[in-house]
Amino acid sequence: MEACNCIEPQWPADELLMRYQYISDFFIALAYFSIPLELIYFVKKSAVFPYRWVLVQFGAFIVLCGATHLINLWTFTMHSRTVAIVMTAAKVLTAAVSCATALMLVHIIPDLLSVKTRELFLKNKAAELDREMGLIRTQEETGRHVRMLTHEIRSTLDRHTILKTTLVELGRTLALEECALWMPTRSGVELQLSYTLRHQNPVGFTVPIQLPVINQVFSTNRAVKISPNSPVARRRPSGRYMPGEVVAVRVPLLHLSNFQINDWPELSTKRYALMVLMLPSDSARQWHVHELELVEVVADQVAVALSHAAILEESMRARDLLMEQNVALDLARREAETAVRARNDFLAVMNHEMRTPMHAIIALSSLLQETELTPEQRLMVETILKSSNLLATLINDVLDLSRLEDGSLRLDIGPFDLHGLFKEVLNLIKPIASVKKLFVTLSLSSDLPEYAIGDEKRLMQIMLNIVGNAVKFSKEGGISISAFVAKSDSLRDPRAPDFFPVPSDNHFYLRVQVKDTGSGINPQDIPKLFTKFAQSQSLATKNSGGSGLGLAICKRFVNLMDGHIWLESDGLGKGCTAVFMVKLGIGGRLNEAKIPYASRAPVNHVWTNFPGLKVLVMDDNGVSRMVTKGLLVHLGCDVTTVGSGDECLRAVSNEHKVVFMDVSVPGLDIYEVAVRIHEKFSKRHDRPLIVALTGNTDRVTKESCLRVGMDGVVLKPVSVDKMRSVLSELLDHGVLLESQ
Amino acid sequence: MDGLVIQLQRQLVDYSTSLYKEGFLDDQFKQLQQLQDESNPDFVVEVVCLFFEDSERLLSELSKTLSQQNVDFKKVDAHVHQLKGSSSSIGAQRVQRVCIAFRNYCEEQNNEGCLKSLQLVKHEFSLVKTKLEAMFKLEKQVLAAGGSIPMH
Repeated sequence: MEACNCIEPQWPADELLMRYQYISDFFIALAYFSIPLELIYFVKKSAVFPYRWVLVQFGAFIVLCGATHLINLWTFTMHSRTVAIVMTAAKVLTAAVSCATALMLVHIIPDLLSVKTRELFLKNKAAELDREMGLIRTQEETGRHVRMLTHEIRSTLDRHTILKTTLVELGRTLALEECALWMPTRSGVELQLSYTLRHQNPVGFTVPIQLPVINQVFSTNRAVKISPNSPVARRRPSGRYMPGEVVAVRVPLLHLSNFQINDWPELSTKRYALMVLMLPSDSARQWHVHELELVEVVADQVAVALSHAAILEESMRARDLLMEQNVALDLARREAETAVRARNDFLAVMNHEMRTPMHAIIALSSLLQETELTPEQRLMVETILKSSNLLATLINDVLDLSRLEDGSLRLDIGPFDLHGLFKEVLNLIKPIASVKKLFVTLSLSSDLPEYAIGDEKRLMQIMLNIVGNAVKFSKEGGISISAFVAKSDSLRDPRAPDFFPVPSDNHFYLRVQVKDTGSGINPQDIPKLFTKFAQSQSLATKNSGGSGLGLAICKRFVNLMDGHIWLESDGLGKGCTAVFMVKLGIGGRLNEAKIPYASRAPVNHVWTNFPGLKVLVMDDNGVSRMVTKGLLVHLGCDVTTVGSGDECLRAVSNEHKVVFMDVSVPGLDIYEVAVRIHEKFSKRHDRPLIVALTGNTDRVTKESCLRVGMDGVVLKPVSVDKMRSVLSELLDHGVLLESQ
Repeated sequence: MDGLVIQLQRQLVDYSTSLYKEGFLDDQFKQLQQLQDESNPDFVVEVVCLFFEDSERLLSELSKTLSQQNVDFKKVDAHVHQLKGSSSSIGAQRVQRVCIAFRNYCEEQNNEGCLKSLQLVKHEFSLVKTKLEAMFKLEKQVLAAGGSIPMH
């Protein structure tokens, strides 16, 4: 043999076997080449495969294996050394790559497997979410339904509409077969079927309230499934199918008094209505939780709506009642006003009608007294006079009291002589007291002011009434009157706890005590004394006349003067003390107008000249005007003259101290001018003194002048001396005491 | 010329005394004279002149009113009242007296009486006017002669 470099195959070539091996290797190589191609193709298609380079490795491995098998084809026959080397190289490479791939696969195959489990897990999760979505959707639906229902229910305040709407809407929303409402009867022992949706049952049917199923429903605020056979779940018998499930829920019927701010609703309400809902009998529907919740919410809303309706009804009823009452009150008020007016009219008329004949009787009786009479006749006349005086007093008292009660009486406030008033009371009462052999003493405290400001006439009336009573009810002993200024510690009297007198700079409180030694008063009777028309038995003796009004009137006068009056007595037979306190103004000096004519001695100093005294002269006679002017100029005055009333009013100012008006000229309304001047100057010290110059001083003219507020009247002709003394007196006293 | 002054003064005094005696003037005129002083030297003359003017006006008014067919006695009374006032202011006594009588006739609405009174008033007025004017002339003469008006 030749020594060639070829490699001999290991075994002898068997033709058939070799052929098969040859073909198999070929196909293996083919397969091995095509698999990576497929892999690459599909990997390219799917973008997500994460292990690309592993595939590359795998592909390389396969390619090399294929290469190996391909090269193996040449080794079946005699082949050169190069082929053997290539074959070896290929095999080595293939071995390397396949080992690397094997190692790699160890890492990645667990990962690949876990992908599958994750996929399963995600699928489960998705299914779960789906379920939940479904639930939420249904809840959302329910919520919408509730809102709509609530809106429907609450959009009306009428009870029936509310209930009807509830049933209708519930029925629609939940697709119910029947929906019924059972209300408790008035007696509370039964439930009456009040409303149904489809009228499958007669309305008016009742069931007793004490059924166990009903108690069960009432005991909880949740919707309760009840048996379709219970008496409340009546339906038209339709025996073919299984009746649908029934649910009942309680609806609290609330009253106004149930609403507490903190917890609502108050569980102490005892009244419930029953709402029964039945599902359609042919469906296999069941009550779902969300449907039950819907029902509960609706029941609550219905409760609220019903209570609102109830409140509204209540308030409308109250309002109607109030309106009725108002009308009635208005009528009553008008009637009362008419009555008062009628009474006042009556009193006014009676006043006049009664007084006129009274005056006639009194006047004529007193005149009769002056004539020659036999003793019997004199006695009769005296009795007539006494009785009619009494009657006149009674009439006056009644009228006064009615005016006092109206509040239409006003005090006549003015300055007056306080000491003088007491003295006058004393003078008036002394004769009567001495007839009864009673002594009367008067003590005025030293700090009692001489003059005060108040209603002199009424104060006198009060005094006379009290002192008169004291004299009337005393048979022996005497009356002592004391007056003093109330000091602040004695102002508060335990008998008058709500009397809080507050003296001020302008006012003081006069306290007067009248003590008598008479028959006294039973302490129990004291409160009644001031009630009009009330006279206790012991006092109503034959001697006491009067209507019992005196003290009542006194009390009212005292009240008007911001004061208080009361009586004290230690008992019957122990005498009585009347005390009153009134508020008076501190009068101080008497100013110009009210000097009592008699009691002031005129100051006799006469001025000689009146330099610069501004005077206004009104006279429509030119000559007379000039003469008067000359007169006054001669005395030093600064004279302005005017010829008419209008001019006078225009010219007069507060600088003029005196205005002389010539009254004897007819046609000039002197009086009106005087009144106007008074109106123009409201303050006393601003007003000029007004003096009338007149040719006649008859009483009429004088009275007219004084009535319109003139300060003096002077008779013409006026001499210089006369004018001088007139002016002196005007300036000194502010008034002419006697017309000259 | 003292003697002239004294003579004139005596004349004046006599004259005015006679006026008072005859009732032409009364005390009121004296008062007027008392009002005359340095600050008011012509007071009396002024007042009297005013009186003359006023009265003449009133008298002519009265004549007119009384000459009408339907006499307005109220108006007449008003005028007479004014005249009375003026005359009493200066002290023309006789005029004043006639005015009083005149007013009575007015009240009675006695036309004839009124006319008669009017005549009387006119007469008295002219008398007193003449007298007063004479007296003033005498006064002027006294003053011109250097004397002073005697007060009484």
